[in-house]
Amino acid sequence: MLTFECPYCGVQADETELSPGGEAHLTRHGPESSDEAFEGYLFLRENPRGVHFERWRHSFGCGKWFLAARCTMTLEVFGTYAAQTTEPPQDILDKITGRRPGWRRLG
Amino acid sequence: MSEVTIRKQAPRGMITLRGDLSVPALGAACAEVNGCDLPARGQAAHAGEAATLWMSSDELLLLLPQADVPDALTRIGAALAGSHHLAVDVSDARTLFSIEGAGLRDVLGKLTPADVSAAAWPPGALRRTRLAQVAAAIWLRTETEAQLICFRSVTDYVEALLHTAAKAGQVGFHRPLR
Repeated sequence: MLTFECPYCGVQADETELSPGGEAHLTRHGPESSDEAFEGYLFLRENPRGVHFERWRHSFGCGKWFLAARCTMTLEVFGTYAAQTTEPPQDILDKITGRRPGWRRLG
Repeated sequence: MSEVTIRKQAPRGMITLRGDLSVPALGAACAEVNGCDLPARGQAAHAGEAATLWMSSDELLLLLPQADVPDALTRIGAALAGSHHLAVDVSDARTLFSIEGAGLRDVLGKLTPADVSAAAWPPGALRRTRLAQVAAAIWLRTETEAQLICFRSVTDYVEALLHTAAKAGQVGFHRPLR
């Protein structure tokens, strides 16, 4: 079972109290971008077997979006942080490196 | 004979108040209309039938007698004039239940994925969660009395859920059976 701590309410929210929102930290490519960049923004996603950064919404709770770093293989959660974050916070990156030596972020 | 009693409460006045909860005028306005202090994160504050529930980092739910709602909205609007906020009467949108009895943690534990142990959910703590298939907010007034709010459209469903969970026999997980 996947359990995240909502960074807004501080509760341990079960996966079934949340709604998944796909990959986090996408860069938007809108009008006037190249077709390749727009295609990448719209369709191309990482699908790692391991560490992944994701968007989740606490839909059965406070209703806020937040971001989470977790392992897709073991469901280990490295941390959750506010949705208003464009890059993963350093403390979470350090924690991932501590748990997965040699790990490098995709993308 | 079940030791947990489920009771649907008479309609209660409810006001959703959204805004910056750190604005002093907001806390003062809440205290003025229903007599409750501003609850901390994840908490519920009580004063008799009135209560102020922390629903999210920018949302409160005020409970008060239904007849007082129009006057309360006027007073909140006056107190927060010029400060970005939203105050709406949602009394007809939600239903209030009370769940009483020593075994209430076991009854709720059958329906929600939330941790309802004494350590994670002490009296005064509010938890918005999922009750079987629908959203609900639960909070403890005392160790043996919980209150629950759900949307009015799912009232019958929630009432049936709670009665079924309460009558099926004691579990004794959160409170050892004697």
